[in-house]
Amino acid sequence: MAIDRAEAARIAALARIALAPEEEERVALQLSQVLDLVATLDELDLAGCEPTVLTPETSDLRADEPDGRTLESEVALAGSPETEHGFLLVPPVVESLEP
Amino acid sequence: MSTPLWSWSARAVAEGVRAGRVAPEDAVASGFDDVAPGFEPWVNAVVHTDAETRHANARDARRDGPLAGVPVLLKDNLCSTDFPTTCCSRILDGWRSPYDATVVRRLREAGAVVVGKGNMDEFAMGSSTEYGAYGPTRNPFDASRVAGGSSGGPAAAVAYGLVPIALGSDTGGSVRQPGAFCGVYGLKPTYGRLSRYGLVAFGSSLDQVGLFARHAGDLAETYAALAGPDPFDASTRAGAAPDVSAWDSGVRGLRFGWPENLWVEGVEPAIVAALERAASLLERAGAVRVPLHFLPGRYAVATYYLIATAEASSNLARFDGVRYGLREPADDLVGLYTATRGAGFGPEVRRRILLGTYALSAGYHDAYYAKAQRARTRIVREYEAAFASCDLMLMPTTPTAAFRLGEKTEDPLAMYLSDLFTLGANLAGVPGLSVPMGLDAQGLPVGVQLLGAADAEPVLLRAARALEVDGDVSRMARGPEREVAWPAKR
Amino acid sequence: MAREAVIGLECHIQLATRTKMFCGCPVGFGAEPNSAVCPVCMGLPGALPRVNARAVEAAIVLGLALGCRVRAESVFARKNYFYPDMPKNYQITQYDRPICEGGALGCEVEGEVRTFDLTRIHLEEDAGKSFHPERHGDRRLSRVDFNRAGVPLLELVTEPVFHSPAECAAFLTQLRRLVRWLGISGGDMEKGQLRCDANVSVREVGAATLGTKRELKNLNTIKGVERGVAREIEAQCALLDGGERIVQATLLYDADRDRLEVMRTKEQAHDYRYFPDPDLPVLRLRADALDRARAEAPELPWAREARYREAFGLPAYDAQVLTEDRAVSDYFEACRPGTDAAAAKLASNWVMNELLRVLKERGWGVADWAARVPAERFRDFLARVGARELPGPVAKQVFEWLPDEDGTVPELLERHGIRVSGGEDELRPMVRAVLDENPGPVQQVLEGREATFGFLVGQVMKRSRGQAVPQVVNRLLREELDARKGS
Repeated sequence: MAIDRAEAARIAALARIALAPEEEERVALQLSQVLDLVATLDELDLAGCEPTVLTPETSDLRADEPDGRTLESEVALAGSPETEHGFLLVPPVVESLEP
Repeated sequence: MSTPLWSWSARAVAEGVRAGRVAPEDAVASGFDDVAPGFEPWVNAVVHTDAETRHANARDARRDGPLAGVPVLLKDNLCSTDFPTTCCSRILDGWRSPYDATVVRRLREAGAVVVGKGNMDEFAMGSSTEYGAYGPTRNPFDASRVAGGSSGGPAAAVAYGLVPIALGSDTGGSVRQPGAFCGVYGLKPTYGRLSRYGLVAFGSSLDQVGLFARHAGDLAETYAALAGPDPFDASTRAGAAPDVSAWDSGVRGLRFGWPENLWVEGVEPAIVAALERAASLLERAGAVRVPLHFLPGRYAVATYYLIATAEASSNLARFDGVRYGLREPADDLVGLYTATRGAGFGPEVRRRILLGTYALSAGYHDAYYAKAQRARTRIVREYEAAFASCDLMLMPTTPTAAFRLGEKTEDPLAMYLSDLFTLGANLAGVPGLSVPMGLDAQGLPVGVQLLGAADAEPVLLRAARALEVDGDVSRMARGPEREVAWPAKR
Repeated sequence: MAREAVIGLECHIQLATRTKMFCGCPVGFGAEPNSAVCPVCMGLPGALPRVNARAVEAAIVLGLALGCRVRAESVFARKNYFYPDMPKNYQITQYDRPICEGGALGCEVEGEVRTFDLTRIHLEEDAGKSFHPERHGDRRLSRVDFNRAGVPLLELVTEPVFHSPAECAAFLTQLRRLVRWLGISGGDMEKGQLRCDANVSVREVGAATLGTKRELKNLNTIKGVERGVAREIEAQCALLDGGERIVQATLLYDADRDRLEVMRTKEQAHDYRYFPDPDLPVLRLRADALDRARAEAPELPWAREARYREAFGLPAYDAQVLTEDRAVSDYFEACRPGTDAAAAKLASNWVMNELLRVLKERGWGVADWAARVPAERFRDFLARVGARELPGPVAKQVFEWLPDEDGTVPELLERHGIRVSGGEDELRPMVRAVLDENPGPVQQVLEGREATFGFLVGQVMKRSRGQAVPQVVNRLLREELDARKGS
């Protein structure tokens, strides 16, 4: 499976990572190599193999109670690049994308 | 006291502190003032520390815990409030966590003294500790060679005597492999036995906090202090962690699997010899060898690099310049994200994020991520089948001893393939322990790996103890700048 | 050619839990920005989620109320997209194995009962809030607040089953009533507790396939949903009339200007790269949890409304008002002074006219009232009113005292110096005395001169110093006169 430059650029945009044009070529090549390696999986007989997600069998839920982790606003924002009056500041948010 | 404190085992230090014979400040100072000057300038094991904080932590340490006064180095991806937590990445440069990881909290409750943060590959992605923002860690046995990775700093620090124990993280071998390269014990516990809360995530379903020590008993003591369910981590296993207090009770009657097909080619003779020596030591101690055939490691490599990168692509999305860490100036949001992430992440991290993004993206999800999940099931079954016929398996930790700096940095594939013996345990969630087995002809440490079924830590520790050949592996370590007089077994 | 609109709704219900979906931070309104956040809901490095049991219970309660299949095993997944109010740049939600599937909600649309099928309901976390950009020096910047990030949501998705804006509005009104009734959400659209997106398409009547849909967001009120959908249907019809094709897109409804704006088209659509969240175990419901939830499932408002009409004989209006709010309804049932229709109507009148008025005046919930006037106390009051012990004006006065003063009704009357000759035991001797003292008029009444009956009533009233209730006097007089007729 080969990834070309355009595909590398598309993935980089999806991952929000700036790639210099000269990097696109190299990344495309390296990703293609890894995908060739991954092709060895085709040799495995996966009949009857359901997907594994490695979490415990029990789902012990959290009681709906405070857990003492809530931070003071100043502490929560202490490592933030840009803040004002308790808000974080970011370049303009144009579209509303509420879930 | 005839032997310097830095050479003591963690258990000896704690015993001395509890008895009032040893001051935690002295235990810390011995490593930093007596040993570090000869090694740290060229080994580069520690990336964040300062004398004042070390001293304060030592002063405030509990004097009554199982790790009372024991100095411990944390890998730079474990959150603690006292030192920066940066994952050796530009994108987190200078960031300080407002909270302690659960394992860090438990260390402090046990009396341990956090002394700083250890070097690593950026975001734990790498096998040589060359991919970090603060320069590579060199192998204390040979300055031209890597310490292994990604937890190279903590492994090297334990090896040269800075601290008796250290915490790393193991997503695909990142504790066991540097343990083997540096001649120390490296334990990756069963998935879910040590809380991941406060461990900066790489591959969430593979990540485990791991332990380094120079003595099997120190591993057991530290494991007992840290393992167990955590209400802040839903992926921890329910119920008490297995009891490891019988770590020194021998291996009589234990069956160890011997998957010889794995090392018929591509494994250095010195490592095969170490395996043979380990097998006969175990047999002489009363264990039984069970020959078995095991699935070759290349399938684990393929499966691992899809699952780990897919999870990483999502886990590392939060590093975006909005809430913390690096922010590259930009006029719009997309520009902020791409510039910050482009400049903040190094090449290997970017490579893995891109691979994972691709493996999950529309149209490729089934062919890559979904298929890898099914292959993972196949690998889990392979381990289940093996452990139906034996109590533990003996296999190489690595195909070679420590390689040279720069040898694999330009060839990611070769780097990935060097992990073929360690990745499986992470995919299956089972515990693995790398045991130092002396030096090869070049004076480089070689290790062997013990693997067990889930919760088999007691068995692994018993076997590791049985292989503790001379009783003190640390006597193997030496620095090129001076001959270190290592103490006899305590 | 005739066209029809086909609409599907996606509703987000903010759950009224005490803490957030995956951490213990408080859920609430009006806190200072970024003051209800922790490592988990700020998406700090190393933080991990853990599921709030109350949110899961709410999903089960709603699922059962809507007749959904509740999955014994459901899975949390990550929906990956970059957005500044998403702390982790992924949202924890449910994807291919949601907690509830299927189900339906019935409601009345323009006098006709309709049933609307649901696709699914799933659990997820809310995002933070970002605000319109403002000028900061030479730059424009948005402010971001994460207090809302991680608040539990249920997303309810319907099948494409609506054909008019009115149907959408009726559905949402009914859904709001249900979530409030179940106590799982405040359901207030203006506070964002209930949010709605609409997928709208238009096709020729009878066409087998759906037209291309466009998604409407930012519909902040039920009226907004109705208007926005109507605008969109008009817009799509106009495009089709003009021979154009509909292009898949997301639009924002601007309620102030009653206008739709294109937010993004399909070319900019997201690739969400869903995968199971490795931090969270499969959500397994214990075998008995569902049975218990079924056993404890409350009577639904529309079932109760029907029962009030059919079993209690209440007028439709009363039945509807009394089932708007579950606490009011429960209180009403507990304070009925009897099981017959008259008792129900009496309680209904007092609850609807007087109690609801007091609640509104004082800004109280029923619980505030019930703390002062427990149901048994109010039932005793209503029983006395029903037995005509309290004349109208006196009853109203006593009602006003109930929430502010202790004591039984007789104690209240005594405290305020009011004597009510309301009781039969007290009145009957007076009636007999009046009859004995006025043989002439009695004879006239017995012979059919009804005009004289009023005279006798007046005499009794006089004797009671005006405190007797005329209806009671009337009844007692009739009884006593009937007894004398035979003699």
